[in-house]
Amino acid sequence: MSSDNLSLKIEFGGGLELLFSKQRSHNITIPAIVRKDDSTSSLPQENDVETKPADITYLIHHLRDHLLKERPELFIENKTVRPGILVLVNDTDWELEGEGDYQLKNGDEIVFISTLHGG
Amino acid sequence: MAPKLCVLCETAKAMLRRPKTGQQICRDCFFYVFETEVHNTIVEAKLFKSGDSVAIGASGGKDSTVLAYVMKTLNERYKYGLELFLLSIDEGITGYRDDSLETVKRNQQQYDMPLKILSYDELYGWTMDAIVAQVGRKNNCTFCGVFRRQALDRGAAMLGVDHIVTGHNADDIAETILMNIMRGDIARLGRCTAICTQGEDTIKRSKPFKYAYEKEIVMYAYFKKLDYFSTECIYSPDAYRGHARAFLKDLEAARPSAIIDIIHSGEAFEVKEEVKATQHVQQTCQRCGYMSSNPLCKACTLLEGLERGSAESGLTERARKKLEAEGPTPENIRTIPFFNKTPSGNPGLSIAVEIPA
Repeated sequence: MSSDNLSLKIEFGGGLELLFSKQRSHNITIPAIVRKDDSTSSLPQENDVETKPADITYLIHHLRDHLLKERPELFIENKTVRPGILVLVNDTDWELEGEGDYQLKNGDEIVFISTLHGG
Repeated sequence: MAPKLCVLCETAKAMLRRPKTGQQICRDCFFYVFETEVHNTIVEAKLFKSGDSVAIGASGGKDSTVLAYVMKTLNERYKYGLELFLLSIDEGITGYRDDSLETVKRNQQQYDMPLKILSYDELYGWTMDAIVAQVGRKNNCTFCGVFRRQALDRGAAMLGVDHIVTGHNADDIAETILMNIMRGDIARLGRCTAICTQGEDTIKRSKPFKYAYEKEIVMYAYFKKLDYFSTECIYSPDAYRGHARAFLKDLEAARPSAIIDIIHSGEAFEVKEEVKATQHVQQTCQRCGYMSSNPLCKACTLLEGLERGSAESGLTERARKKLEAEGPTPENIRTIPFFNKTPSGNPGLSIAVEIPA
């Protein structure tokens, strides 16, 4: 079980892509079971580490640690996305899906859009 | 978890939560309520009458792109009878405005609307790149803001339109209210919530998205797959607005109705007559004919400073006095073409033939 991985499609829009190699679309793989403290440095192997199924809160940390190229403060704040960033799970507002607690499934498409750039 | 159903149609899967109401609604109901609310805003404020020519201030960004799309949709659906134009201002910022103008040019094709682009270079003889090279990155936003406002009016006059609509949304207005409170700018606080403003001789200006949340505008653009440009201005930081914005976004995260609540508070302020009395009376700029609260309008003051190599003189009293001490305005200085909007509704732009002292 813990060796399973999830394949996800990640999209950035509204200027957020500038923080991620100026690339809007990314295909990534993350572990299905992750550390409960959202640390992305190592897979949970030891027995005494608390784990959880991968959720969006973990994904945000994973993206910061492995995909983001600059200015993390424009993406993450207080263990969630910075206010003003919209998140969609398979085209649905994450506010309807439990926000950070949404448990990711293989093949999910997660979109992050900044609303903060000029009109 | 079973998908939640839309609270409006009760058949389709809910796709978003409306920040204003907390309602969970589906994509089609969202399009309908978003467009209908803008329509209601327009009708209740009596913004237009049939036959009006209206320029949409288009930057290529999300707000103006959605505005152009929605204006076109509503004009057709409700038979407003408007003639719509796109009006873009090219500030002359390499790597920013040149790219966003490409988006506007695509919008012109997609929405089938005539497009007019007016550049700072054409109107003032200065691009923002050149201005920043002279003034640095401290007060450049002041120049850009003053120049853009006048350029939009002049572009509208060139198009011969009656009205300019801009994409200012509820978040922008709430931000401005907060800024005016924090700066103690009571005159602007009184004006900034108005949906429609009109100077003595200028073209009407209004904000059909006054009550539209930024979140919904972005969602609308996303679901409709609208083509918009989103890069921060390279000379950006209007630091003060940035703080107001971050603060507002934090408030919204805690309580989504905060934005509309702030607008409501702003609308409820009444500016005392004594305060109003101290405000300058509107007059016409002696040099360029544009509306002004001083003998010389702000754009002419700033331009003279640039031309005389003393950009600060348009900004601080001290620098202005220093420049005045150097002598009168040179005869051959570059000026803005004379603004001549005739009351007959046949506005035009003519060239200044003489410069009053």
